[in-house]
Amino acid sequence: MRVDESSVIEVDGQHVDLRNRALAAFLAWLVPGAGHFYQRRYAKGSLFVVCILATWVLGFALGGGHVVYASFAPGDVRWHYVLQAGVGAAALPALVQGNHMRVNTDPVTGQTRRGYEPWFGGFMAPPDRPVLDDNADEVSAWYARHGAGYEMGSWYTMIAGLLNILVIYDAYAGPLAVPISGRKKEPGDKDEKDDPANPNPNDA
Amino acid sequence: MLPISPTYLLYYLPLIVSISLVFGATRHENTHLILRHALGTARWITGFMAIIFVILYGIGWMI
Repeated sequence: MRVDESSVIEVDGQHVDLRNRALAAFLAWLVPGAGHFYQRRYAKGSLFVVCILATWVLGFALGGGHVVYASFAPGDVRWHYVLQAGVGAAALPALVQGNHMRVNTDPVTGQTRRGYEPWFGGFMAPPDRPVLDDNADEVSAWYARHGAGYEMGSWYTMIAGLLNILVIYDAYAGPLAVPISGRKKEPGDKDEKDDPANPNPNDA
Repeated sequence: MLPISPTYLLYYLPLIVSISLVFGATRHENTHLILRHALGTARWITGFMAIIFVILYGIGWMI
């Protein structure tokens, strides 16, 4: 099979064909690790799908299934969702539920309309309106029921989303540069970038 | 003593495993290097948090 040389990079002495980088990045966002499977980097793809989705699902469970929802209403701006959406498809039902809640919220009173029923049995549905800082509402009930699990669940799902951003980058452009190690550069050292014998100077 | 149950520290374990492995795997292709990097990251983060813990514990003890 013909390989497009411009998509091939060398890392750790291995040639990696990134194939269609944009498609790989999109797949990596949609399902963590899918971009790497597309690039035939199966070991890394497996590691990413297990680590990231396990973290995300564990967080979701710790929070009783209420930590992932999309809400940008006054009093309940769920900024966490921006990070949680980093895992792609797994977080998308929240957008559907969020929009369903939006159309069922009275714009004048800010209250959920009577007869509102969330879809999918309330999976990733926002809390009933209004959500007020100083009153008991559905969010405070979730906190009371799940305790530290609600807080940790929010963190787990956000961290999973953030980690997937690294994975998307890896699918698009290959591994990130290794940070400068503890070894300081000596005055007599050659400029490692110009050393043809060492294509990966950071791994030295 | 700790103001919370030590079992809360269990929340740390899955996170450190996941973060370290993903960090390592987004910097290398070679499995051996990925695991070595992950181990280094886990050690670094754990050490950093241990230092912060000792500082906060010391401050808590003094006041």
